[in-house]
Amino acid sequence: MIEYIVGHINYWLIVAIMMVGLYTLMSRSNLIKKLAGLSMFQTAVILFYVSLGKVTGGTVPIISEEYSVYSNPLPQVLMLTAIVVGVATTALGFALVIRIKEAYNSVEENEISAMDEKE
Amino acid sequence: MANDLILRVVTKWLSPIIILFALYVQFHGDYSPGGGFQAGVIFSSAILLYSLTYGLDAALQLIPEYILRIGASLGVLIYGGVGVASMILGGNFLNYSVLASTPVAGQHLGIIIIELGVGITVASVMVLLFFTFARRVAPE
Amino acid sequence: MEQLTILLIVIPLMVAPITALIPSEKVTWLLTLIVCLISLAISCYILYEVIDGSHVIYELGGWRPPWGIEYKIDSLNAFVALIVSAMGCLSCLFAYRSVPDEIEEKMIPLFYAAFQLCLLGLLGIALTGDIFNLFVFLEISSLATYALISMGKNRKALTAAFSYLILGTIGATFFLIGVGFLFAASGSLNTADIASRFDSFKDMQLVETALIFMVMGIALKAAIFPLHSWLPNAYSQAPSTVGIFLSATATKVSIYVLLRILYDLYPVDYWVNMLLPQIMLSLGCVAVIYGSYRAWQQTEMKRLLAFSSIAQIGYIVIGFSLVSQLGLTAAILHLFNHALIKSTLFIGAGILLYRANTTELGSLRGLGRDMPWTFAAITLAGLSLIGVPGTVGFVTKWYLLEAAVEKGMWIVVITIVLGSVLAIGYVWKIVENLYFRSKRKVHIQDVPSGDSAIARTPKTMSAALWIGAILCIFFGLNTELSFEAASSAATALLKQ
Repeated sequence: MIEYIVGHINYWLIVAIMMVGLYTLMSRSNLIKKLAGLSMFQTAVILFYVSLGKVTGGTVPIISEEYSVYSNPLPQVLMLTAIVVGVATTALGFALVIRIKEAYNSVEENEISAMDEKE
Repeated sequence: MANDLILRVVTKWLSPIIILFALYVQFHGDYSPGGGFQAGVIFSSAILLYSLTYGLDAALQLIPEYILRIGASLGVLIYGGVGVASMILGGNFLNYSVLASTPVAGQHLGIIIIELGVGITVASVMVLLFFTFARRVAPE
Repeated sequence: MEQLTILLIVIPLMVAPITALIPSEKVTWLLTLIVCLISLAISCYILYEVIDGSHVIYELGGWRPPWGIEYKIDSLNAFVALIVSAMGCLSCLFAYRSVPDEIEEKMIPLFYAAFQLCLLGLLGIALTGDIFNLFVFLEISSLATYALISMGKNRKALTAAFSYLILGTIGATFFLIGVGFLFAASGSLNTADIASRFDSFKDMQLVETALIFMVMGIALKAAIFPLHSWLPNAYSQAPSTVGIFLSATATKVSIYVLLRILYDLYPVDYWVNMLLPQIMLSLGCVAVIYGSYRAWQQTEMKRLLAFSSIAQIGYIVIGFSLVSQLGLTAAILHLFNHALIKSTLFIGAGILLYRANTTELGSLRGLGRDMPWTFAAITLAGLSLIGVPGTVGFVTKWYLLEAAVEKGMWIVVITIVLGSVLAIGYVWKIVENLYFRSKRKVHIQDVPSGDSAIARTPKTMSAALWIGAILCIFFGLNTELSFEAASSAATALLKQ
């Protein structure tokens, strides 16, 4: 049982980060905190993929004469793309938050819903 | 923040070094961790540092906005252009092997040009984002 | 000839950055129209090539699969690409007068650039055969969609775009987790490769978890019943052109991805015993009733049409969870038919918004008598929504009922009939308000006489509306083309 937890400790930590991010997304009413939670959720997924690629005893996937076992470079490359997607999503979210702040004068979700209901 | 002597001097000395490091990361992407996206972000952080210390107007004098818009589109066009060039030379889209006389040289050339396009776009977009956000602050 | 398939991706990719730089509204509109027309021509040609069951294979970068990204195009891919490019052309035709009216001038080039990028993303999803490439194109189209929706006139467009951003990104990230699990289990990202080697890793718990994550993620993007809350706000607050394009394509392409995952990536006998078909069937039935009932309660036309979309997506879900050749054919056929119907209705709503500056049904009373041709086209599309024989809606309902009766599921038959009855309710609401009520003083009468801009419906808008309405009738009477494409797509899916 202990080996099951300690052997997979990276996956447990990744799930913990994912859940913290998802909880922040759901429980906070401030729009900026929601975006922070979303960003954390995506970061956990990126860590998951990178830790998938690690080969036991393998080193960084850059060719050199001294090493013969390398980690899998494919997940790392895929995650470069995913990081860029995450950055673009966060940037778009923040642009929307700035416009919402100008239009509603608030970034709290419950206040904004109340203003929308009244119209 | 322009009145703080340490900030001013350190920014003036560090910004060129950061830009140089960004170029190093860009072109060393074949051999070590690096490549277009990382280099673009480092480059934009140099401009951001300058802008935070000296103010938005000084940064806009440094890089006017129209250059950034052109840069953002130019990078994507370079990327697509390499793909179209390889299609014209006979291979499939983004097949770098046909770009030069040997496949290995072709791969080398293709990757460098593509990463250059990505770096230009990422740097321009990051700086453009910062300028756009910074402009919306209400005038005092 | 093979290079034509990649031109569907390359042309929007190269034209969009140029469009973002040109400051003229007419030139950017023309560029967008040219891109859409070229995409339509290429997709028609590819569909013609693959409709007999053959494949077109394109290896990106010259790398052979499974190491490289491969585009393996069969009739389902080509059909979905055709739907996307046709709807792009229709909305671009409508946009000529609508976009300068609704969006401020210096944003128009960026609007058209985002539109082309959305088209690029949707076409990429339709063509690709690699699951991570699918995620990248999914995010490209989603980000462009969030930006397009936020350009609506009302400030509610901003909150609608923000909530769609949050929910859509959660959905895409769930899909990414599923792809990661499947990659860990199989070691490959190529759809055909995973499907052919499936037996070697199908006993891992990881594979079942991957399926659930991917289905949940895509269901959120496709607005399947409990995960639909972003749709009414997003479709009603978006600019009219965006509403037309998105209602016809975005959810349809996500349902196509769901079909690929359930029928192509995973073999059917893997999940048939897992309670998944029953869950999806019941969710589809609830969606039909719930969507139609909420649509009946609405007083604003675009929101009504958005809820009706939720009901129609319920029909498609019923179709493919029946797991039979006929059900799958009905579902794929409804992708096409609903795109036609909904785009025509949204074009009608857009024309009403342009002329009368409102889409509240209470304020639009009697306007149908002033615009008889527009009203006739809206009524035709509304009749297709109900499923009157002779229109496209009837074709789908007929095949759905046949598929449900073949499986002996009488509850589904009752649901479909009940959905049509409720559809009569909300379509009658539109027709009654537009034609049979007495006229009220509307903005259209506040326009100073002699200003020809708003006093007549612009020709491009009427042309778009009537093309949509005529296609609704044409494909309802002459079902051979669409049925052949849909059934060859269904056969291709079930054979693998």
